[in-house]
Amino acid sequence: MEQDSAPGVGESELAGSFASYTAGLAFALLLTGASFIVSQTHLLWAPGVPAGLIVLAIAQMGVHLVFFLHIGTGPDNTNNVLALAFGVLIVVLVVSGSLWIMAHLNANMLSPSAIMQMQR
Amino acid sequence: MSAHAGIAGPAPVRIVVAYGFWIFLLSDIILFSALFATYAVLSGQTAGGPSGHELFELRHVGVETLCLLFSSYTCGLGVLAIERRRLHSFYLSFAITFVLGAAFLGLELSEFVGLIARGAGPSRSAFLSAFFSLVGLHGAHVTAGLVWLSFMVAQTAVRGPRDFVRRRLLCFSLFWHALDIIWVALLTLVYLLGAR
Repeated sequence: MEQDSAPGVGESELAGSFASYTAGLAFALLLTGASFIVSQTHLLWAPGVPAGLIVLAIAQMGVHLVFFLHIGTGPDNTNNVLALAFGVLIVVLVVSGSLWIMAHLNANMLSPSAIMQMQR
Repeated sequence: MSAHAGIAGPAPVRIVVAYGFWIFLLSDIILFSALFATYAVLSGQTAGGPSGHELFELRHVGVETLCLLFSSYTCGLGVLAIERRRLHSFYLSFAITFVLGAAFLGLELSEFVGLIARGAGPSRSAFLSAFFSLVGLHGAHVTAGLVWLSFMVAQTAVRGPRDFVRRRLLCFSLFWHALDIIWVALLTLVYLLGAR
């Protein structure tokens, strides 16, 4: 068998532990439940519900990253965290850029009736 | 990494493999972000057809969420078991993961079939085209994950819990957890916000 771990590096570091998976599951269940409650009841001020749901979703993604994917602050994780930061940057650019451009295109588009008028 | 690379030598294979696979997962998440952007742009364009408020059943979606969340948990426990060479609890964990993943897929397919039967198929409106491509892509990933899971269980049975098998199982678990992260975004942006 090949030598798979450097001395001093615990092999359980990437696989986590039973306690961390269970804590992650508990947090994820809690946050999912909160999302359903916020969206279905009037607990939150109505215009604030989308913002509340997005905050809960980001929190749950964080829980998944830390407790399930083990993206943490350890020395072996620096590269993973940097890659994640770059991925998040691209995702934000793609989503916000698309929404921004399409909103402007939509605002500047002629209505179908106006196009019909011009064709006459 | 650089902090102790000079002391401990090059990083272990396991860490390098997980890093490479993490980069792949991030590129997959970027693929999803393009479809999320499309959905966000088109979500109001119902062309006189039904909107998400009329179509989505949150009880159904809640059960799907629980299936995926618990399958992620049992997948993690399976990886822990194989690291400790406990083969029986590994097989049990991955069997539960497979059943829960298949249950999720079945629920999603029944939702799709129900929508198409009501005349709300992907060709009805731009909103529904975007909905079916986004949720369908996630479903396709789950299907691929189930195929991969079956192969990995077979490989573990044939080759035993050797280093390369355990590395592949680690990559599978990363893939499965990442699908759960994408589902959190889907649940919030498509279902919970769409059903309001």
